[in-house]
Amino acid sequence: MSEVDAGVTNNSLTVKFFVYLLLIAGALTMAIPYVWMLVTSIKPLSEIQSYPPSFIVRNPTLEPYRDLFKMIPMMRYLANSLFAAGSITLFNVFATSLAAYAFAKHKFWGRDKIFLLFLGSLMIPWQVNIIPGFVIVKQLGWLNTYKGLIIPSMACCAFGIFLNRQYIYSIPDDLIDAARIDGCSEIRIYWHVILPLIKPVLATLSIFTFLQQWNNFVWPLVIIHTSDMRTIPLALAVLTGQFGANFAMVMAGAVISTLPMLVVYLLFQKYIIKGITMTGLKG
Amino acid sequence: MKKDSFLAKIARQKTSYLFIALPVTLFFVFQLAPVFISFIWSFTTYDVVHFPKFVGLANYKTILFDDPLFWKAMGNTVIYTVGVVPVGICLSLVLAVAIDQKIKFKNLFKSIFFLPTVTAIVAVSVIWKWLYAGEKYGLFNYFLLKIGFQPIDWLASPTWILPSIMIMSVWAGLGYNMIIFLAGLQTIPGVMYEAAEIDGAGFWHKFVHITLPLLKPTLVFVTMMSFIFSFQVFEQVYVMTGGQGGIGGVLNSGLTIVAYLYDKGFQKFQMGYASALAYIIFIFIFLLTVVNKRLMKTNVEY
Repeated sequence: MSEVDAGVTNNSLTVKFFVYLLLIAGALTMAIPYVWMLVTSIKPLSEIQSYPPSFIVRNPTLEPYRDLFKMIPMMRYLANSLFAAGSITLFNVFATSLAAYAFAKHKFWGRDKIFLLFLGSLMIPWQVNIIPGFVIVKQLGWLNTYKGLIIPSMACCAFGIFLNRQYIYSIPDDLIDAARIDGCSEIRIYWHVILPLIKPVLATLSIFTFLQQWNNFVWPLVIIHTSDMRTIPLALAVLTGQFGANFAMVMAGAVISTLPMLVVYLLFQKYIIKGITMTGLKG
Repeated sequence: MKKDSFLAKIARQKTSYLFIALPVTLFFVFQLAPVFISFIWSFTTYDVVHFPKFVGLANYKTILFDDPLFWKAMGNTVIYTVGVVPVGICLSLVLAVAIDQKIKFKNLFKSIFFLPTVTAIVAVSVIWKWLYAGEKYGLFNYFLLKIGFQPIDWLASPTWILPSIMIMSVWAGLGYNMIIFLAGLQTIPGVMYEAAEIDGAGFWHKFVHITLPLLKPTLVFVTMMSFIFSFQVFEQVYVMTGGQGGIGGVLNSGLTIVAYLYDKGFQKFQMGYASALAYIIFIFIFLLTVVNKRLMKTNVEY
């Protein structure tokens, strides 16, 4: 912008002022609940009940965290969540990319019809599946087990197949044919040619799957009935119902459940934002 | 050339079928079959223990004509959706445009706004339950008192329980919408703004005549997604209204349609009734998508 045009410069300065004002106000609104959670989680009881509420902790304590790990098996819940989200993610990355390779580069009877079914299923809301899903899991005797927690969630793989297929589709056929002429088996082609080429999309997919599964609430709520099988979000919901009055401890629970995802987010921010803008995926 | 028999063809494509076998099997058992099963169950009464009993359209009739709680839940869901979607879209669009300016700390702002998207909605609800805490201990009531208002019984009052959840949901959804808007904004060529500036266009003029029209596809997409997500609101309702006499809160003032389905299906085990509810929700969402497709078609290309 030219400096001669004082009118425009002035105008853009006011705009800039309001932009910063807006962003700072917005950022504060976003940050305050998190700060309040963190502050509450290190407050002794006397300070929680004191008035007025304060963001400054005079005698910070880790007592709420000790209470939390003493009263409920928090480590077990973390392990449950890690195991469930981790195995679903691994499955989603490898099984969907392998299937997507077949859908993208092989010719077989029923290929397009099956693929269309996968695509169509993306439009179906989970409310429609969950009731028979629950009964099927019950009939299999999988209620309240890791199998019941994990295997049906692996079935939500339509999106992964769709995303991988699009990437694999753009890989030139010559590359695959060359490998075939060299005597590569199909599984070796998948492992040595396809997988290395779709690494970026697999990274995005795995971070998203992990995030979604770690935060998943409805399925565990429906099929988990005993305390030791709970995942983190389920434990948190029960915690706030049971120990609702002990705000420090509940906030300590919220910190523990939020922290791993914040770390994942800060480490892989680029992939997450790229994934959302590419696909409209919901975290 | 001799034509292969059907079976021979299948055998030759063995590898392909092996590659897709696992996800396809899981998909058929846990995703596709349930769609048909719940459709059939929606015409039955089924309590999980006894074999489903066919009752024709009775469930749908009861839901639509003889179930005040369904209409209460539907009303709440519509209020929730109609409140959360426009407010959320306007605010996130404003934030996206603000971040898109030439400013410092762009990435810091982005990260902060995006935080709730990576936080489990259950955790968000738990944190906000504490912010909404009654009397004077809650942070919000403290602020209200400080600026001269009476404290509000946020989650314990039939008037405020739904607005409380709505405010929180707007807050939690801002970052996600903002990121999508930001991506849309970045596809608008900078030359267009420069040309407008040469013509002496101000900030507001540029926003109305360049940004908004060119952002229309993104706007339509975000609107549709927001409607669908809002209509299915559940977790926040479960956490914030539960505990005070079952899910839904005082006088069911916080009961939404999916929460009602959960209550019927997994608390009262009326699986047939809940299946019919699921299909009514499905039809609603399907109609929303069709309306969106129409909107897309009238889209002006630049």
